[in-house]
Amino acid sequence: MPYEPYMKELIKKVETTRSARIQAAKEGKHFPRLSEADGMKLMKEFHPDYKEGTKRQLAVGPSKGKVVPNELADILEAKSSLNSGTVDLSRIDYDVDVLVIGGGGAGSAAALVAQEHGARVLIATKLRHGDANTMMAEGGIQAADKPNDSPPIHFLDAIGGGHFSNDPQLVKTLTHDAPSVIQWLEHLGVMFDKDPDGTMRTLHGGGTARKRMHSAGDMTGAEIMRTLRDEVRNRTDIQVIEFAPALELFTDHEGRCAGAILFNFETEKYTVVRAKTTILATGGLGRLHIQGFPTTNHYGATADGLVLAYRAGASLCFLEATQFHPTGVIFPEQNIGLLITEKVRGAGAQLLNADGEQFVYPLETRDVESSAIIRECSERNKGIRTPTGRFGVWLDSPMIEVLKGPGTVARDFPAKYRQFGRHGIDISKEPMLIYPTLHYQNGGITINSQAETEVPNLYAAGEVAGGIHGINRLMGNSLLDITVFGRIAGKSAAEKAKQTQPGEITLQHVQKFHEELKKAGVGDGRISPILLPDYVGKIG
Amino acid sequence: MSNDVVPIYIMGKKYHVPATLTILKAMEYSGYKFIRGCGCRGGMCGACATVYRLEDSYKIVPALACQTVVEPNMSLTQIPFFPANKSIYDVEELEPGTQTLLQMYPEIARCVCCNSCTKICPQELDVMDYVQAALRGDIEKAAKLSFECIMCGLCASRCPGEIVQYHVGLLARRLYAKYLTPKAKHVADRVAETEQGKFDPELEELCRMDKPTLEKRYAQRDIEAQ
Repeated sequence: MPYEPYMKELIKKVETTRSARIQAAKEGKHFPRLSEADGMKLMKEFHPDYKEGTKRQLAVGPSKGKVVPNELADILEAKSSLNSGTVDLSRIDYDVDVLVIGGGGAGSAAALVAQEHGARVLIATKLRHGDANTMMAEGGIQAADKPNDSPPIHFLDAIGGGHFSNDPQLVKTLTHDAPSVIQWLEHLGVMFDKDPDGTMRTLHGGGTARKRMHSAGDMTGAEIMRTLRDEVRNRTDIQVIEFAPALELFTDHEGRCAGAILFNFETEKYTVVRAKTTILATGGLGRLHIQGFPTTNHYGATADGLVLAYRAGASLCFLEATQFHPTGVIFPEQNIGLLITEKVRGAGAQLLNADGEQFVYPLETRDVESSAIIRECSERNKGIRTPTGRFGVWLDSPMIEVLKGPGTVARDFPAKYRQFGRHGIDISKEPMLIYPTLHYQNGGITINSQAETEVPNLYAAGEVAGGIHGINRLMGNSLLDITVFGRIAGKSAAEKAKQTQPGEITLQHVQKFHEELKKAGVGDGRISPILLPDYVGKIG
Repeated sequence: MSNDVVPIYIMGKKYHVPATLTILKAMEYSGYKFIRGCGCRGGMCGACATVYRLEDSYKIVPALACQTVVEPNMSLTQIPFFPANKSIYDVEELEPGTQTLLQMYPEIARCVCCNSCTKICPQELDVMDYVQAALRGDIEKAAKLSFECIMCGLCASRCPGEIVQYHVGLLARRLYAKYLTPKAKHVADRVAETEQGKFDPELEELCRMDKPTLEKRYAQRDIEAQ
């Protein structure tokens, strides 16, 4: 629905300050950036991660004692839907070299590279091939490929953005391989935004020292995903099974991963897949709605991979930190929680309070930026109230039209322009109303730079893996992460498969985990992975 | 915001739902648990293609269930899947010629310019125009006009020529991006440098660096102007 009259009145305040703000921006003057220490201080007061009573220590498993959000602890400390005897493991339905669980960006990249290394590959995915957060990533993908930039500068940005918690070896791999994955995607036929001479049009993102955000309109992830999917489909020796979530991994008697059991969502039959090596690429946890926040995430983002890997013996890291994207839609209500890409701020749009005044540098790292917005809407009481009583701040998209020329918003942000247009809001003329939204699982399964987990023959790539971004990821490092580590996982898993004999398949690790739960007295009445969020009968 | 409840018909069956809900949320509110027909919930993935009619109009209206607010007495169904064949090709072997799209998808010659595809597109793309561009061998135009396609499949479900428009658009985009725009020289240059190991010593030094030194380096890094 369009803005109500009282909101249109408030927009006039934004318009009043706009020309002076644009003038200052043109002169290179901007709202002061916070120091690392001031940013941390702000976060401790206002970031949801620091809120009391929202997390707990895990009572069981390889990361026993680590603190994670309650919603995640609930599914990690839970029972399997399978008991010994539920399924006949003597009948093997698929016997492959590499099983890829998850058909998003990381899984597809992994499958392509594993196939190139001679592996017989099966992709199993919970929903459709391509149903993933990759499809929804809008703003861009980082790579230090401009002459004034370098992988070491990118390294510093990424590790500083993660408040120096990241695994440096993973950051090294991420930043070193970035230019080559851009080239790989370019050669596959991803339609990047380019100048007529082929130069990539790149922008800043929050926390970047160089303009290294490569984009394809505001559908960068969708463009990458549909290209990777098309390429997988062209290689007909890669098998794809859709609507088949993995319910558990298999382990052999030495504790090595040996495949997975799939569940046909529609026929409710089980499928036994034996694999020499297995890659988890199941994505993140947004649909657990940590602390009740709305999310930008895909319907299937229910942290299944974390649950499976944890039971099989893989430790988890950095899951105490959840990423809230500063600019989620807060109005219109129908789009609540949806992402508004950081690229909008990269293009010059500023954040403004109810008085039409700036209160934060627009491109702080996401955690700091989100904290500042939450402070503006709580302690400072300068948020804009929506008709249903929520609060948000303005994102002044119309100033992009002045800074970059009329028509820029519709050209560079076609998806957002259309999405708001459907509700009678022209974002080239009216600002957007935003509030932080649950966006990304910063941590995940512990991996090394070969994408190996601690469980032999089990690999992880993409959002399900942790350590690359530490406690906070920068914009554009996720599309990068899925392609870099997806490719590495594909290669590692294919090479390892050549030296591996297929193991026996058992669910003994699940039994062991159940015993541990019983001993600790937790997990009764809870079953996981949950596979899908439950919105039945609710007003979402 | 209104608390009104409106009647809607989901595959012919009547439900009363809050008037402010999207079709997707209205179906969940009514008791549906999606397996198919629901994806990103943000208008980007094409999983929730829907068609409906209103009681006072003969027209078929396309929608994405996650993006469209319910209307009183709408009669709707989702079309979560529609059969479509994709050509199999090696993009490295293809040439971006005027006949390539026609060779890969000969059925585009069956386009009768009825405009059904354009009318049904929930993204409001000029689908027929890009099919016609493809037929003329204008890869660039087909690529650009189809860029915002989310591959929901509604066009293919309505086409009397039995064309699968969205696969044609996808191939056009891959050909355009791969062959008809210049490669980024700065990317190739940087890849050569990384492969020669130019940055390895500095990256390794950063990996070994203690936190205070790293923090200092981070705080002192120069930031390119907007």
